[in-house]
Amino acid sequence: MLTTPSAPERDLVAGLAQPLRVLAEDGTRHPDPTLDPLLDDVDEELLRSLHLDMAVIRALDDEAVALQRQGELGLWPPLRGQEAAQIGLGRALPETDFLFTSYRENGLAWCRGVGPEEMLAVWRGTALSGWDPFAHHMATPQVIIGAQTLHAVGWAMAARAKREDALAVACFGDGAVSQGDVNEAMAFAASFHAPVLFFCQNNQYAISEPVTVQAAVPIAQRPAGFGIPALRVDGNDVLAVRAASLLAARRIRAGEGPMFLEAVTYRMGPHTTSDDPTRYRDEAELERWRRRCPLARVERHLEHLGADVEQLRAEAQRRGDEARTGLQEAVTALAAPAPESLFDNVLTTEPAHLRRQREQFRAFTASLAPEGAAS
Amino acid sequence: MTTMTMAAALNAALGDALAEDGDVLLIGEDIGTLGGVFRITDGLKDRFGAERVIDSPLAESGILGTCVGMAYHGLRPVAEIQFDGFVFPAVDQIVTQVSRLHYRTGGRVRMPLTLRIPVGGGIGAVEHHSESPEAYFAHTPGLRVVTVADPQDAYSTMRAAIACDDPVILLEPKRRYWGTGEMDTSLTADLDSARVLREGRDATLVAYGPLVVTALEAAVAAEDDGIDLEVIDLRSLSPLDRDTVAASVRRTGRLVVTHEAPGSVSLASEVITAAVEDCFAHLEAAPERVTGYDVPYPPAALEEHHLPGIDRILDAVDRTLGRRSSREAA
Ligand SMILES: Cc1ncc(C[n+]2csc(CCOP(=O)(O)OP(=O)(O)O)c2C)c(N)n1
Repeated sequence: MLTTPSAPERDLVAGLAQPLRVLAEDGTRHPDPTLDPLLDDVDEELLRSLHLDMAVIRALDDEAVALQRQGELGLWPPLRGQEAAQIGLGRALPETDFLFTSYRENGLAWCRGVGPEEMLAVWRGTALSGWDPFAHHMATPQVIIGAQTLHAVGWAMAARAKREDALAVACFGDGAVSQGDVNEAMAFAASFHAPVLFFCQNNQYAISEPVTVQAAVPIAQRPAGFGIPALRVDGNDVLAVRAASLLAARRIRAGEGPMFLEAVTYRMGPHTTSDDPTRYRDEAELERWRRRCPLARVERHLEHLGADVEQLRAEAQRRGDEARTGLQEAVTALAAPAPESLFDNVLTTEPAHLRRQREQFRAFTASLAPEGAAS
Repeated sequence: MTTMTMAAALNAALGDALAEDGDVLLIGEDIGTLGGVFRITDGLKDRFGAERVIDSPLAESGILGTCVGMAYHGLRPVAEIQFDGFVFPAVDQIVTQVSRLHYRTGGRVRMPLTLRIPVGGGIGAVEHHSESPEAYFAHTPGLRVVTVADPQDAYSTMRAAIACDDPVILLEPKRRYWGTGEMDTSLTADLDSARVLREGRDATLVAYGPLVVTALEAAVAAEDDGIDLEVIDLRSLSPLDRDTVAASVRRTGRLVVTHEAPGSVSLASEVITAAVEDCFAHLEAAPERVTGYDVPYPPAALEEHHLPGIDRILDAVDRTLGRRSSREAA
């Protein structure tokens, strides 16, 4: 168990000048007074497991992109580059905290045990929403930018009203901070002291628009205006993200109200598989971020520690392959639902007009059946 | 006269409007450097600069609200909402501000803004990318709501919308962006009239936007059964050109209305009501509507069942003609 961190000041906005970081790009470990108290438990075993987690979600993501290119999925939003942000957060929270995310957080979904079929259904177009939110303590992905942040605040208010210890986590991108919903969510959270963690993955772009179109100052500065303390961390440093998430969760659980984390990272791939990022960013920029690869950073660190990195890579490969096979099998198992399921679940009980439409649909479909076919 | 896609015609219309009137500007998410996710604004930022082709923050209410202020100060903003499902965060500004300013200021303030929205399904997209929001807007007084169906219509209607001093919501059927047709920049269109695209004797088939092509195909298929369909492209959804529909129904005696949006409390409801009011005595059969079902837009794997296709349209035509339809089948 971790020691309780010293409670940061109420007006804390740490990391503005330079995102908080404990693992440098060359793998050396650096002290950080804010995060260090949360890093006591980090040993080789934990580092290995974080690395493996990141390797598996990278493999899953790569495979999903491949499946989309093969025409098996309609679309996919790649997370490559954001592995540390997602694993750092996902591995810091107990399963009972409830996540509200957008479409790019498939790494978090994986942390929550979402299976391959559940994960792919939306992107294959066989369901609007692929999993049971209550089974995974994670809402199904939100496409309307920022809408989920208000849901997280409401969930947090309900959790507190029910005297529960759980937090809600609202995950969103840098683009989302321009939406009214996100700003309203911060207003509600601050006013009602809601136990909610705002987690912004600033991956530098909202489709083609650089973060400077959304904010003239670091995003982590905005919550301060609502009275919400914030940390700005290196989102490609899995240890920093994990420590910041632990710190925030501790404070929130201790009844100190909402907190905001900005994970400064980069989307290495296209926005989605139908986007062409060469229209709005250049190779030099990509190259700079390639050097900040979150997986390589942990590997180098383990090397410094004298760990058997070859063995770790082999293990990562094996688990990655397993995950890829899982996705390949899942995709072929995902068949189109029965046509008549169009009419299911519109309301909890079927009203007369929908029953009539369902019957008309049945009759129409039957009338198209080839002559002599069994009805 | 040249042949081009609807996307290219819309791009040409925006370019010509920007070139001719310094008060016109474009604003929206990803419309500048990227040229829009559908490339409708491709190249325009390079031609006209970032002050006239503005990449906005990711906030739809913000886009529409700032357009109101720009219009107050004499500009003619053309806003893009990236996909139909994302217009809803802006509905407050559209319904409580854009639509009412002319009325509540006794005509002093004009809102010459054009709101472009790619609409409709049929492209295998994920949630919120296939909606048909027209009825929400058509229900709101003070807005003009128009759709386009082919490259010529797209060019001429876009020019008319931008030139219009009223707020115009222009719905672009995204699954028809890549369809080609002839286009002549000298041809003009108004924002109030429907078009009779094909004359016919036996029944009037009314469509708009993405389903105009389907309706024309249905008319060709109907010929095989000896049925002669008149096809009307409504174009203007608010105000409705009910005279053109009534004149047609008076000739054919039968009416089928088709669109993608759910049928209840819809444009089809309105067109049929108008026909009943205007030419009841000429109707020889109950009018039919062939629409999306009253369900949320379904996942892509089911959309072919949800969207009206030729067979469903002809099934309804058969009913108006008293022929055997699926509903009478054994
Ligand atoms: C309300 C709304 N407007 C527009 C879109 C279209 N859209 C989808 S993703 C996106 C960019 C989002 O950027 P960001 O919030 O930074 O998240 P990221 O995709 O980078 O993870 C846009 C504009 C949308 N989904 N919802």
